[in-house]
This record gives sequence, C-alpha cells and structure tokens, in this order.
Amino acid sequence: MLTLQFIPYSEVENLPQEERIRKILSIVKEDKIMVMEGRLKKEEEGELIRATMENISGKFKGIEISVVYPERKETLTKKLKGVLAEMLLGERQGLTVIGPATLIKEIKKDPDKIQLLTADRKTRRKR
Amino acid sequence: MIDVLNRFIAKVFRDLFKKKRHLKLGLYGPPNSGKTTLANRITEDWLGEKMGSVSNIAHETREIVIKEQIHIKSGRKELSFSLVDTPGIATKIDYEDFVKSGLSVKNAKKRAKEATRGVIDAIKWLDDMDVVVVVLDATLDPYSQVNITIIGNLQARDIPVLIVANKIDLKKSDVKKVQAAFPQYDVVGISAKFGTSIDKFYEALFALVG
Repeated sequence: MLTLQFIPYSEVENLPQEERIRKILSIVKEDKIMVMEGRLKKEEEGELIRATMENISGKFKGIEISVVYPERKETLTKKLKGVLAEMLLGERQGLTVIGPATLIKEIKKDPDKIQLLTADRKTRRKR
Repeated sequence: MIDVLNRFIAKVFRDLFKKKRHLKLGLYGPPNSGKTTLANRITEDWLGEKMGSVSNIAHETREIVIKEQIHIKSGRKELSFSLVDTPGIATKIDYEDFVKSGLSVKNAKKRAKEATRGVIDAIKWLDDMDVVVVVLDATLDPYSQVNITIIGNLQARDIPVLIVANKIDLKKSDVKKVQAAFPQYDVVGISAKFGTSIDKFYEALFALVG
C-alpha cells in the first residue's frame, strides 16, 4: 500500500534547516511519500542529499525527489510579482515530492508536471 | 538580507583572490555522466597523462581527485587551474545495483559505502570551488532533480558555471534539450570520450573565466 503524507508549508516554515531535513527524512524512512507545499531552498536540497547519504543503510536506499515550481519567464511584471510573492510568503510556491527510493522507481519532470513511477513493475501511477 | 550581504562579500573576496592564485575548477554532475572521462581528456591534452579510471559501473570515482597546475592555452589566452574531479552526486545508492552489474555482494556493499561518503565529500567541496563545469549525460533527461540541485547550489554560491552536455557521439544525445532545461547557462555539447568539440569546450571555459 502506498501512503502519501501532505505537509502544509506552515508546518515546516519556522523549523530550522536541520530540523526540517530531519522531519522529511523521518517521514520518508517510514516508507511514506511526502508531498510538501512549497519547496526547500537550494542549499537545503544539497543538505538533504548529504543527510540522505549519511542515513543510507541496508534498508534505506535513499530518496527520489522532484520539485514543480512555476517558471516566471513570461513578462517582467509577472516576474516581479513572483519575486514579491516569494519575499512575502517565503518558499511557499510550488510542490515538492519526496519518497523512498525503494518505493519510487523514478520521478519524471516534464517540466511542469511530475510523473511518479513506483517501484512495483506492474503498477505505474501518474500524478 | 544578511545572506545577500554575505554572498556579496564572499564574491568580492573570491574575485580578488582569483587574480592571485590558481583557480580550483571542479567537475560536478550525476554518476556516469563522464566527469572523469572529461578530466582525463583535459589532463591528456595538457599534461599527457590520465587522471582517473573510468567504468560503466556507476560511482567509479568515490573520492575527490585533484590534479594541480594545469595550464591551458587558446591563442594568446592562458589559464592555470587545479582540476578537481568529484564523485557523482546521487540521491540514492543501492548496493544491489552494483551486484546486478557483476560485483560480489561484499565488493558491492563496500562500493556503496564509499559512494555515499563520496557524495557527502562532493557536496562539502562545493564551497571550495572557483569555477564549476557541470557534466551531464546528453542522452538522459536533463530535468532530474539532482541536476537542478547541483546547479541551484552553485547559483546560490555565485560560482560561475559551464554546462557540458556530454556523450554527443551517441544517437540518443540531445544537446538542445539540455540547453532548454538550463537557458541561463552556456551549454557545450561534446564527446569527452572521442574529443569531439573539445575546442569549443576550452573556448567556453576561457569565455567563462577569462
């Protein structure tokens, strides 16, 4: 059975980086697929990979991660609006999907949609 | 605000420092994208010797490898740098994949353990780089989160980046797709294995650093 856990941005917003990454890994290590509102900072993504590597064991093989984020390449006005929204709301825009590598075979980004392929050979699920 | 200020100060210092010493040029990318093949191409071209071993099995490079004092020339331009070949960055490492590639269970587990350490080291070393060449396999989907994370982390650190779309000798390669994925960066299509378009790579490197 596949378990999805939704994390609203408000739940991680005020957590320090270390705590935020620990929370993500603890969910993923419970064999759950985490769908988080918003995204991590670039440095946090790097830190998440580093922390993942430190946690790799016989049972935990790592993670699959993908972020869908609205590209702001249309007009200058829209771009500015996006930047302003980010300043006011933080990294709330977009969606981050993180799951255990043992469950998720691959996450394809297209780039505006995410295709999540589970490890079960017969089952392919699209999101 | 403090972050922005810190990055600005770091950049000013890096720019000042850059003029006084060798650059550290890092090769980054996912496993099996051809980083060590490119490193070997560069060192063979300018030093007449190879830098590291390559393999079809992922995570062949599991430690940071540095080759000091590489001087390259293009016309009147000259560039000196230390070349840093890094282990491929991945979000998952499963020793069973190495077993499937023909390694014994014992060797596969050892390789997996070393590979995880290699990824950690590669990420730690990001802060030490002056310039980075991100080597991507042009036959694969460029939108992978690892690629985006590597490039995003370099961008956040204000480190100049050149993207190499490697393996253009293969039919499936698609340099335009890599360019479309990272439009804000220079992308050079090469075959590190056969040296195809390697001159364009050196020109792009001079353009980036010079």
